[in-house]
Amino acid sequence: MKDVAIIGCGVIGAAMAYTLSKYQLDITVLEKHSDVASGTTKANSAIIHAGYDPQPNTLMAKLNVEGNLMAGEIAEKLSVPFRRVGSLVLALSEAELPHIQELYRRGLANGVPGITLLSREETLKKEPNLTDTVCGSLWAPSAGIIDPWEYATAMAETAVVNGVDLRLNTKVESITAQADSFVIHTNRGDVQARYLVSAAGVDAAAVRSMLETPSYQIMPSRGEYYLLDRSEGQVVGSVVFQCPNELGKGVLVSPTVHGNLIVGPNAVPAEGAEDNKVTADGLAFVAAAAKRSVPGLNLGANIRNFAGVRANSDQDAFRIERSERYPHLVDLAGIKSPGLSAAPAIAFYAAKLLLEAGLELVAKEHFVDRREKIRFASLSDEERAALIARDPTYGRVICRCQTITEGEILAALRSPIPPRSINAIKRRTGAGMGRCQGGFCSPRVHELIVRELGIDPLDVCLEDEGSELLVGETKTGGAL
Amino acid sequence: MREVICIVCPRGCRLQVDETSYAVTGNHCERGADYGAQEVKAPTRTLTSTVRLTGSHILRRCPVKTNGTIPKALMLDAAKALDAIEVSVPVHVGQVLVENLLGTGVALVATRAINE
Amino acid sequence: MKHYQLIVIGGGPAGLAAAIAAWNAGLREVLIIERDQVLGGILNQCIHNGFGLTHFKEELTGPEYAGRFIDQLAQTGVEVKCDTMVLQLTQDRQVICTGPAGYEILHAQSIVLAMGCRERTRGAIQTPGDRPAGIYTAGTAQRYLNIEGYMVGKRVVILGSGDIGLIMARRMTLEGAKVLACVEVMPHSSGLTRNIVQCLHDYDIPLYLSHTVTDIRGHGRLEQLVVSEVDANRKPIPGTEMIFDCDTLLLSVGLLPENELTRMAGIEMDPRTNGAVVFENNETSIPGIFSCGNVLQVHDLVDFVSAEAIRAGEAAATYVLHPGEGSGEVLTVGPGLDVSYTVPQRIRPAQAGAGVEIFFRVRRVTGSAVILVRCGEQVVAKFRREHMAPGEMEHIRVPKALLPQGPAHLEVSIEEAAQ
Repeated sequence: MKDVAIIGCGVIGAAMAYTLSKYQLDITVLEKHSDVASGTTKANSAIIHAGYDPQPNTLMAKLNVEGNLMAGEIAEKLSVPFRRVGSLVLALSEAELPHIQELYRRGLANGVPGITLLSREETLKKEPNLTDTVCGSLWAPSAGIIDPWEYATAMAETAVVNGVDLRLNTKVESITAQADSFVIHTNRGDVQARYLVSAAGVDAAAVRSMLETPSYQIMPSRGEYYLLDRSEGQVVGSVVFQCPNELGKGVLVSPTVHGNLIVGPNAVPAEGAEDNKVTADGLAFVAAAAKRSVPGLNLGANIRNFAGVRANSDQDAFRIERSERYPHLVDLAGIKSPGLSAAPAIAFYAAKLLLEAGLELVAKEHFVDRREKIRFASLSDEERAALIARDPTYGRVICRCQTITEGEILAALRSPIPPRSINAIKRRTGAGMGRCQGGFCSPRVHELIVRELGIDPLDVCLEDEGSELLVGETKTGGAL
Repeated sequence: MREVICIVCPRGCRLQVDETSYAVTGNHCERGADYGAQEVKAPTRTLTSTVRLTGSHILRRCPVKTNGTIPKALMLDAAKALDAIEVSVPVHVGQVLVENLLGTGVALVATRAINE
Repeated sequence: MKHYQLIVIGGGPAGLAAAIAAWNAGLREVLIIERDQVLGGILNQCIHNGFGLTHFKEELTGPEYAGRFIDQLAQTGVEVKCDTMVLQLTQDRQVICTGPAGYEILHAQSIVLAMGCRERTRGAIQTPGDRPAGIYTAGTAQRYLNIEGYMVGKRVVILGSGDIGLIMARRMTLEGAKVLACVEVMPHSSGLTRNIVQCLHDYDIPLYLSHTVTDIRGHGRLEQLVVSEVDANRKPIPGTEMIFDCDTLLLSVGLLPENELTRMAGIEMDPRTNGAVVFENNETSIPGIFSCGNVLQVHDLVDFVSAEAIRAGEAAATYVLHPGEGSGEVLTVGPGLDVSYTVPQRIRPAQAGAGVEIFFRVRRVTGSAVILVRCGEQVVAKFRREHMAPGEMEHIRVPKALLPQGPAHLEVSIEEAAQ
């Protein structure tokens, strides 16, 4: 019998596992994908919001501001790329000024640090590439950009290092409630646990329905993006938002921690978690909207379009709750934006709910709360030379666009949650994320996966099972 | 008259070939005339492919070609026939792997030197 | 810091030819840095024939063509570092490189840039749809097939009619795959006519001109593609959709010079070629740094890469052995009507020898036409061609005597003869 089972290992499930792994608990995490961070966490704006958006005195406001603060600490401890570059909300017309003033008031009420209203001139001084029709802006220095994949992975890895049992490719099919526990039936056998946390993202309502009728519906929403070459990464220095207007919520233009520029998203109803296609119309909308902020945007430098599916619910608030019928069930549902920002605070709050429900939280004596990661590209010449002398595999560049070395890929393959697919390697190391989009490095990454994990080359996937890269070998024999 | 696009060189001349006399016009070189006539009489091609390679720590296949043209109609059969061939390092350029491929009288040769 | 007379960055066809030429011209401290484990570059995976007709006067496969240069190189004292990648090039010709053998900062009196090019990706053409497995650039598929010995798919559509895509259509067919179509957004093929014939026609593979992929469907692996006809503005025409059930899409939608090091060094770039701006001797805006091959301009024939690289290697040798001869008036060169770029973009007539070669591409397919080199209103030189196409690099030689004196701008344009 497990103490806690967590369903889902996106950023919320990972934060939950990390938070609970500090205590003397036997924990299992069930993830249906072949890797962690494979749902909403996989494709989003990668922003840690400051916290001026949510209405004051709401749980969302509190968790956003707290989560922002915690992100800084966790990123530091677990070696996650995170930069507090600040964010601007632009008023692109006089009519939008009241909106940013309202956000300013909310920000003050929510306790967002350092928030300021900027004049047109101050705005343009900060971001010279913005449209000169900008009328003013709201500046929030605590907003940041993060690698959401690594954020979730780092927390999940740390949880695993501290004894959490993570089961990938494990899909929950049904749940049976018993007097003192839940029996979770999966495609890979049953798991019995005293407490259950559902962090199932787009599948939240489906999972809850396995026990009781949820009082919310998940309304998945697709957001499409452009990711531009690093040549465009300096076009803006901070996260540039727009006010919502009659065309929609407005799109953002932001640098990424990898040095690229991200542009998007739109928001259209999605049919489900798999409905993450990009469309000509969606991209055209994003392009036109983004150019209202940055007229000189060079979309010709696009290296990738992608779309993410948000796990929105039919309600404004997060649906973070303990079930009335099953007090040992905590549901973390409707985690829409700013869910990534709030993730560690959501987990902390959920831990308190579990405590209230009777879960004993006794701290571990030896909790490992550090994670080291070598990033060759960010080292000095001296550090690089010393590293290669120690381990020559760090001298061999596999991904030439992002300067990712064989050593980094091998380290990922030997990490607590070994990546098994080409995209999982990309999320761990950045290999294949650059301008050639893996054209040169994917055969070599493929070879390293095969060599290190001892799997058949034909079984290597782009992502989950069913996305095999190769269909067969040539020259498999015959008669002359 | 049949129009044939010459593939002898990148120029891609449009040749007019007489189907009875095999006389060629529109060519810019002698090789083009030969190609045009041959293409109408009995088209031939060079086959390039790979064969299995053993003993190399960097490569799994050795590139090969027919050391002359073979009938175009035999291309797919010839490609299939290569499935059965295996070569070990060291390999030298021009090394004959099959002396007479499918009875065409044309040899199959290695096109890359592989020593390790 | 180790010092060289010349460092050649890249050991593909351009780098090999440049290094050999520089050695033959008298340089003795020459280094080639190659990121792959072996020399030869992309030619190693181009196992098809059709190379060398100009340079060697015989038809060779890619590995054979590379092999000839590798053999020549072995006869020289040129040093080679394989499995080594240059991370940075500075204006004063310091080269920072890394490999399993160590991290090094080198210096050279001269540099030849020969890094080649990369393929444009799905991102570059912004194709809508899902993002399943089974979408490869033609070159990546070629590597899997020819070097690693794996098939990337069984039912294949090729988007773009670049030469690598056409060659792969034939290669995949010969390995037992079914190639359903080659789809080209332009009204003309971007590959060589001979490749349309021997790779598509020979195997009855249809070529859809003025068509493009408008939707990609599939969750694990690619399942379906939607192909639509496009109008003159390359916008899909509703109602023209064709559906292909396939597991593989190969992209052959253009090549881009890999000039990250060039930009980092602050070398002036030409947005038309995505390569460096060069003088008649392939020297860039930084004296002593030369550029050649596909990193300078995307070629369609390796024979021309070799010729260009030999000029660059010889020029580097001249720069090192006979310094101070790089002055004189400068002419600029650029494209005019229906021409998309020129290389070189600068000419120093004093250094032009007997004349200068100018390379360019036309923007559209022409019949009989005249290439005009103008200086203002005045026509400096005229060249006649029976046929020109964007897929085929053009090249003219302007005798020195015809070059204008003093600073001036030369414009290369084409004029089609009335039918």
